[in-house]
Amino acid sequence: METLFETKDLTIAFGGHIAVDHVNISVPANQFKSIIGPNGAGKTTFFNLLSGQLSPTEGEIFFRGENITKLSSTERTRKGIGRSFQITNVFPNLTVLENVRLAVQSQAGIRYQMLSHFKKYQDLEAKALEWLEMVMLEDKQETLAINLAHGEKRKLEIAMLLALNTEVLLLDEPTAGMSLEEVPAILDVIRRIKEKGDRTILLIEHKMDMILDLSDSIMVLFNGRLLADGTPKEIMLNETVQSAYLGGIHS
Amino acid sequence: MGGRGEKKVKSIFVQRKNIVYTIIAILLILFPFMNDSRSMMILFTQVFIFAIFAMSYDLLLGFTGIVSFGHAMFFGIGAYAVGIFMKQFEPTLPYFLLAVVITILITAIVSYVVGLLTLRLKSHFYAMLTLAFASLFLVLAEKWRTLTHGNDGFTFRTPEIFRDRLDFYLICLVSMIVVFLLLNRFTNSPLGKVLQAIRENEQRTESLGYSVIQYKIIASVVSGVLAGFAGILYSVSLRFVNTSVFTMDITLDALLMTIIGGVGTLIGAIIGAGLIEFAHHWLTELAKVHWIFERWIIFFGIIYILVVMFFPRGIVGTVRNIKLKSKKRVTDKSEQQKAAG
Repeated sequence: METLFETKDLTIAFGGHIAVDHVNISVPANQFKSIIGPNGAGKTTFFNLLSGQLSPTEGEIFFRGENITKLSSTERTRKGIGRSFQITNVFPNLTVLENVRLAVQSQAGIRYQMLSHFKKYQDLEAKALEWLEMVMLEDKQETLAINLAHGEKRKLEIAMLLALNTEVLLLDEPTAGMSLEEVPAILDVIRRIKEKGDRTILLIEHKMDMILDLSDSIMVLFNGRLLADGTPKEIMLNETVQSAYLGGIHS
Repeated sequence: MGGRGEKKVKSIFVQRKNIVYTIIAILLILFPFMNDSRSMMILFTQVFIFAIFAMSYDLLLGFTGIVSFGHAMFFGIGAYAVGIFMKQFEPTLPYFLLAVVITILITAIVSYVVGLLTLRLKSHFYAMLTLAFASLFLVLAEKWRTLTHGNDGFTFRTPEIFRDRLDFYLICLVSMIVVFLLLNRFTNSPLGKVLQAIRENEQRTESLGYSVIQYKIIASVVSGVLAGFAGILYSVSLRFVNTSVFTMDITLDALLMTIIGGVGTLIGAIIGAGLIEFAHHWLTELAKVHWIFERWIIFFGIIYILVVMFFPRGIVGTVRNIKLKSKKRVTDKSEQQKAAG
């Protein structure tokens, strides 16, 4: 299979603390890969490096064979790497529909159109509604995002990411802070995307059952280092991983 | 079903709003023919000019979320450009138009450069920088005596068509309406929506694939050019220009107008401009009653503090909130009735 995403010795240090330490991974196209690890293992930092929020102190990132280490997050999104955020990150004083429409608009490449009314772009609105239906938020379209419940904000976040229609989806704990009843709906959305089979998905999650069920492969981060990378089965049987999770491993 | 009904209600609401705006515009056009108080007409002219200025400021503060303390520099550039052209050359229309072109050019360049700096400086740092820029222009106007006659400024004659107060009133009114319509279009365009997204969450806008800096520059340039235009009208209305056009007071006026009227709404800027100008006028008239009214700025300070404390969204924002709440109550009630029935 063709490699879509690749990191080479990816490292970032904040002062003396090395958050991500020489991580080498390669992700084939259309794979579902999960990243696990205890708190503070560097999972979100690793995501920030991939999506361009942070730039590495060392190492390189390749996307479709192209070195994207120096590109800004805006440019990476345009190339096809979209991400969702662990801490809900939407536009609070815009309506749900407007939130998603902004993502659709970006995907459609309508960026500097300044003299025509937004209502002219009916297709954008229709598409935005489609995405809202997918995450079951269609009856909330006129609500300001700030007034949504936490779980609904997470769903909106996912709808915005999906609307970008990027080849790669970086999902940072999409179900974090959700009530238990809401989790299956989100899982359903993720599963549906996976089943379509045309996206490469990287997922950070703590819910092990969810990961084992969905993932093609799992990588384990521990203290910023890549501890293991393999199929769910291999990871389950891996002794170092087990001891890391049970605590007590110190280099 | 519910969604469609809601949309219909909304479009009726928008239509009613448009009708109200049209009626107000017609009343304003007819006003000078019904009322022959010269001072009122001049006061209204002043309101229109400052409404343009306040709207341009609102584009930055209310729509894009950029705090600038140097908006007076664009106003001053316009004011001085027209003054200098009328004084140095001849007070004819071609020279006036040339002054307009020069103003657009200079304000566009300056606002482009200042806008570029938003890349490096965020929020209050940027505000301080704009303050410094505006001071720079103030010093320039003070020191370049051959052109500006220093602190005292100079009077000049204006082209024929601006001499009649009534004509000028109408010119300013039409300018305000045109600027309002243009900005209304602009803020409701796909680009305008991105500006509001930047105000809400800059980082997220970036990760959606918009390059924020270019949008900020566009907002800055549009706002700067319009402010320059307001400055032109201002100095033409006075037939006089001095360094006061570059001072902090002018920026503060714009700030007060947008915040009291309601940030993020164009009509709020217009209402705010009207309120401030009229309050200013009446308070100074009250000075005959008691000397304290001579210091009208004290009252503005108090009003400003009260507004920020109790109506942080300004007049228009507060009215909108009340409307939303009552609407919600109605829908809640009808839903309850539905559930009960």
